Amino acid sequence: MEVQSCVKIINEWDIVAARQLGRNVAKDLGFGTVDQARVTTAISELARNIYLYAGQGTVAIEKVQRNGKAGMKIIAVDEGPGIKDIRKVMEDGYTTSGGLGAGLPGVKRLMDEFDIDSTPGKGTKILATKWLR
Amino acid sequence: MEFKDNLEGKYREALSSFLKDQTEQALYQGQKISRKTMENRVSPEEIISMHKSILMEVCPGDPQKILDSFDFLMEVMMGYGIAYREHQSLRHQQQELKSEIELAANVQHTLLETKIPDVKVMDIGAISVPARQMSGDYYHFVQDENQNIGVAIADVIGKGIPAALCMSMIKYAMDSLPENRHAPSSVLESLNRVVEQNVDPSMFITMFYGLYNPDSHVFSYAAAGHEPGFYYEASTDTMSDLDAKGLLLGVEKKTRYRQYEKQVEPGDMIILLSDGVTECRTSEGFIERETLMQFIRNNLHLGAQEIVNNIFKQLEKMQHFELRDDFTLIILKRDV
Repeated sequence: MEVQSCVKIINEWDIVAARQLGRNVAKDLGFGTVDQARVTTAISELARNIYLYAGQGTVAIEKVQRNGKAGMKIIAVDEGPGIKDIRKVMEDGYTTSGGLGAGLPGVKRLMDEFDIDSTPGKGTKILATKWLR
Repeated sequence: MEFKDNLEGKYREALSSFLKDQTEQALYQGQKISRKTMENRVSPEEIISMHKSILMEVCPGDPQKILDSFDFLMEVMMGYGIAYREHQSLRHQQQELKSEIELAANVQHTLLETKIPDVKVMDIGAISVPARQMSGDYYHFVQDENQNIGVAIADVIGKGIPAALCMSMIKYAMDSLPENRHAPSSVLESLNRVVEQNVDPSMFITMFYGLYNPDSHVFSYAAAGHEPGFYYEASTDTMSDLDAKGLLLGVEKKTRYRQYEKQVEPGDMIILLSDGVTECRTSEGFIERETLMQFIRNNLHLGAQEIVNNIFKQLEKMQHFELRDDFTLIILKRDV
């Protein structure tokens, strides 16, 4: 089966597809089981956010190289309502305590690099990268 | 890295020993490992992964299904791992907040500092202890050009930082009162206007203001919803409430305050307090004002500062060293 590098998130099952894609790439790059689980959880979280709050969007996985290091980048994009107060959603304890999942701070912690861009009414784009140690 | 290798070795040893004969000793090793891993901030998913790989080494014959189950367990524990890291970062933030508040408390302390006037005719003692780091109580002494001694005691309803912020305002309002307006009723009327204009409607301040004339020995005073103080009359050896009626500060713009007067004789004592003193809760409920009067009586022979210190110590002990509200107690004793 050929690995697709981009998954369209429309229903809940697409979250599984995005996870599978991420896990395959992580395995392929040689990430250990713990990091595989971390990357997959991050992808799951981002895909779930799209499914729950934006309705639809895409999650793409890219293999990346920098200074001789290999890694993988998650690109989650949607054209949903966007986030009004990014500082607030990046605050610790904003989501986890309510049982809403790891939230964006959780994703940030699971990955090595994290970048978010959001415009209310237009949508959100999140980039997150994990490097091989 | 060194810690990780070391940890794996210890884990392997303890796990092998436990699998061999399930001793409490091996389990105790497990607890020790947990202490070490927490100290080094190892998250649960890493421990599960290590457990799996060590299990594969020490029990090569184990069914694959059992080994695979650890991957499932790891997935389930991911959320706990994230929560664990979040907890660490929140703890760090809490530490920062704590030191920030400590700093603020120092600033407040400097802001609200007041000197107990050194006068011949009176022995004055004062103590003020916040329940948390910042106080919502305030007391202040002023001495005007005629040597009159003004004493203010105020209490914001509520405690902690919001109350403390509010108090700083009272202090500045007091400082900017015109020199010739030190009559207690007019002091309260001015402050009432400031509070009414500047403070959130949900916040109230109670206050007592007194002015002692060292020549006539007349103590005039007025209060805005403040916990009544006590008056000790030496000639009859009796203690009574120092009652004064008046609306809280900040409720109604045009409140007028009634001024009361008392002729102070040698040995008489004026006792002022915040409700943190009477709302001292012991295992038998709030202390009674009578109990408090008795405490004061027991200390009558001492100097004013010693009396307030002793009473604070006694009440602190009765509450098992847990103050529920800011505590302020002032005693003015006319020398014999």
